[in-house]
Amino acid sequence: MKKLLLGTLGALLAFSVQAKLTIVITTPDLGAIAKEVGGDKVEITTLARPTEDPHFVDAKPSFIVKLNKADALIEGGAELEVGWLPSLLTGARNAKLASGQPGRILCNEGVHMLEVPSQLTRAEGDIHPMGNPHFIIDPANAKIIAAHLADAFAKLDASSADTFRANGKKFTDTLDAKLVEWQMKLAPFKGAKVVSYHKSWPYFAERFGLEMDLFLEPKPGIPPSPAHLADVIAKMKEQRARVIIVDPYLNRKTAETVARSTDAKVVDVAQMPGGVKGTDSYIALLDYLVNSIANALTEKK
Amino acid sequence: MKRKILKWSVILVVTGLAVGAVGAQQTNEVEQLRKELREMRERMQALEQKLGSIEQKPAAPVPVIAETVPSAASTWKPSDPVRVSKGGAYMDIGMVATFAAGGSTASDIEGGTQLGGHDPNQRGFTVQGAELNLQGAVDPYFRGNANIVFQLDSGGESFIELEEAWLETVSLPGNFQIRAGQYLTEFGRINTQHPHTWGFVDAPLVSGRLLGEDGIRNPGARFSWLVPTPFYSELFFGVQNSQGGTANGFRDDHGGEGFLGRVNTQGRVKTAGDMLYSTRYAASFDLSDTQTLLAGASAAFGPNGSGADTDTQIYGMDIYWKWKPANAHAGFPFVSWQTEGMLRRYQAGASTTLDLTGDSVADFAPRETLTDWGFYSQLLYGFHPGWVAGLRGDYVTHSKMGAYEDLYGADAERAMRWRISPNLTWYPTEFSKIRLQYNYDDRDGIGTDHSVWLQFEFLLGAHAAHKF
Repeated sequence: MKKLLLGTLGALLAFSVQAKLTIVITTPDLGAIAKEVGGDKVEITTLARPTEDPHFVDAKPSFIVKLNKADALIEGGAELEVGWLPSLLTGARNAKLASGQPGRILCNEGVHMLEVPSQLTRAEGDIHPMGNPHFIIDPANAKIIAAHLADAFAKLDASSADTFRANGKKFTDTLDAKLVEWQMKLAPFKGAKVVSYHKSWPYFAERFGLEMDLFLEPKPGIPPSPAHLADVIAKMKEQRARVIIVDPYLNRKTAETVARSTDAKVVDVAQMPGGVKGTDSYIALLDYLVNSIANALTEKK
Repeated sequence: MKRKILKWSVILVVTGLAVGAVGAQQTNEVEQLRKELREMRERMQALEQKLGSIEQKPAAPVPVIAETVPSAASTWKPSDPVRVSKGGAYMDIGMVATFAAGGSTASDIEGGTQLGGHDPNQRGFTVQGAELNLQGAVDPYFRGNANIVFQLDSGGESFIELEEAWLETVSLPGNFQIRAGQYLTEFGRINTQHPHTWGFVDAPLVSGRLLGEDGIRNPGARFSWLVPTPFYSELFFGVQNSQGGTANGFRDDHGGEGFLGRVNTQGRVKTAGDMLYSTRYAASFDLSDTQTLLAGASAAFGPNGSGADTDTQIYGMDIYWKWKPANAHAGFPFVSWQTEGMLRRYQAGASTTLDLTGDSVADFAPRETLTDWGFYSQLLYGFHPGWVAGLRGDYVTHSKMGAYEDLYGADAERAMRWRISPNLTWYPTEFSKIRLQYNYDDRDGIGTDHSVWLQFEFLLGAHAAHKF
């Protein structure tokens, strides 16, 4: 009897373990959205850390094991991960993650990409052939991604399809309400200048009506030179730009130096939930970004 | 009999009627479907119009999903650039060209102080290699890769090497993978890495001496298994041809010149035992969130050309450790440490063919086993974005003098030597680099030498993702 009971328990446990989808996600921003949509029906592993430069993640062999066991892989799809993901996938030899399979989920599907280069030349720095890959930071794109993930998860686990769709709807509804709030908060600063280190914020700028065309990097991925910084300082003074945003993996000291000679404020930002303390969900991160940028713009008006 | 015919005809008629009825029903269904399709088409056109009008609006106050259009919809025009990279073409094409300039106090640079086939080979400039890499998915079952190296030798003569050309399975069950063609033998770390990914200008002494100037690579097939352990671990097993200059230490005739006191011949493959067999086991552990360790053990077995029934065994151990903080920018800062040790047991046949004393008379060398070993250890410190400082130590020696050496004098190819190499590399981007290296060389019986090399490199086109 005891044996039977144990056996049943074991079978049940095995079933419940099997019922959960194992999903590997390249970056924490996509991870946060996948968590909202998947809820407790999915087991999520994120490869890149929130404070890390997503262009340069080490292809650790332990990632191969994670990919080998995964039911699905979620990636941006715009070649942000091109420097490290392909060799991992080769090593993982997981047929479920082959290109075109339901387990290979590309998040830029249906997203309108900005800055698709008309001419491909590395003389312009590190440009991405498919357009600027930092699109997840626009809440409108997060909505597209959530709907896309709900469909993709439903395909992989039809029995939980309703849950995924309901979760996705709940998340997009929250985003809709929040987006109105965020846009209202930033509405007074329409057209305000915000300086960023790397060219990773065009989607955010476009959504919230900010003007972000000054960068501490002379070209994407090219480190700031003194001559370029002098030029940026002159332009900031001329255009009254007094807010500089810096991601956790970029050189804050450079931003501080520029801020000192322009009376600007340096704001710590991140595109990955968890990249700044206390921003563990996508909405918490956007709340933080909107509030801290609005506060800095108010302070430096 | 009659009744039977009647029965059959009834059945036939009934069946015929049934089929006809189904046919009629199908016609009805087809019409229904056509109608639905028409309606859907009309609905879609209406939606498209709506979408078009939304797109023309300068900015929608609150975004809706329909606002976006798929990026894949843009079509290619003849005036557009042809992309030679992921997604835009059937294969990725890349070119890495590496050059060196400098000098040395040694007069025997090529094959003397510098043991690698892609090392700087003379005072002045060296083309270390211009490597063309082609790769892509062959079909849903295989991926293909080719590395073709164009080089100029120290005399200025051009030559081409087929470094690698192989296909590899992508969807074998059971975590298996098979690679077949011409490939770099899975032995240790440095042997499978192309020179442009090395942290130093030149090949380590131990691989130059024990694996040969170009490392071990030959036509063959390799089988690998991702072992189902909770940590990464992979097992490799390969069979390759055992002859030629890229199987140094095996059936290589060394161009007719003496090697370890004997004249070598390539011989013939008589049994499966005359092939080159290699195996490797590698495992990796994340020591912490910021530190990763990868360690491996390798072995290669095969016949050599010094006599009848003479075999070579090479064993290797390697370890690679890397630290990178959680907020690294563009891959910096980092510290990495890589060490490899190798040991070769070479059964040398009895020989009376080589003139070892230089008196124009062939000398006798008895059958014996020669054991050589060595290691290198290198530390790289990426201290600032784009800047890496490196330090490498090399040591190679033999376990005891060979009998032929006792008779005719020490062999420089077995003598103890060591080398210290500090260097500094600047990567303006991931696609170019400039490296300055100094080598302090100490060879037993020859003396010390100083070399300074400036290496420069560019990379065009697709750049394959780096392995750990």
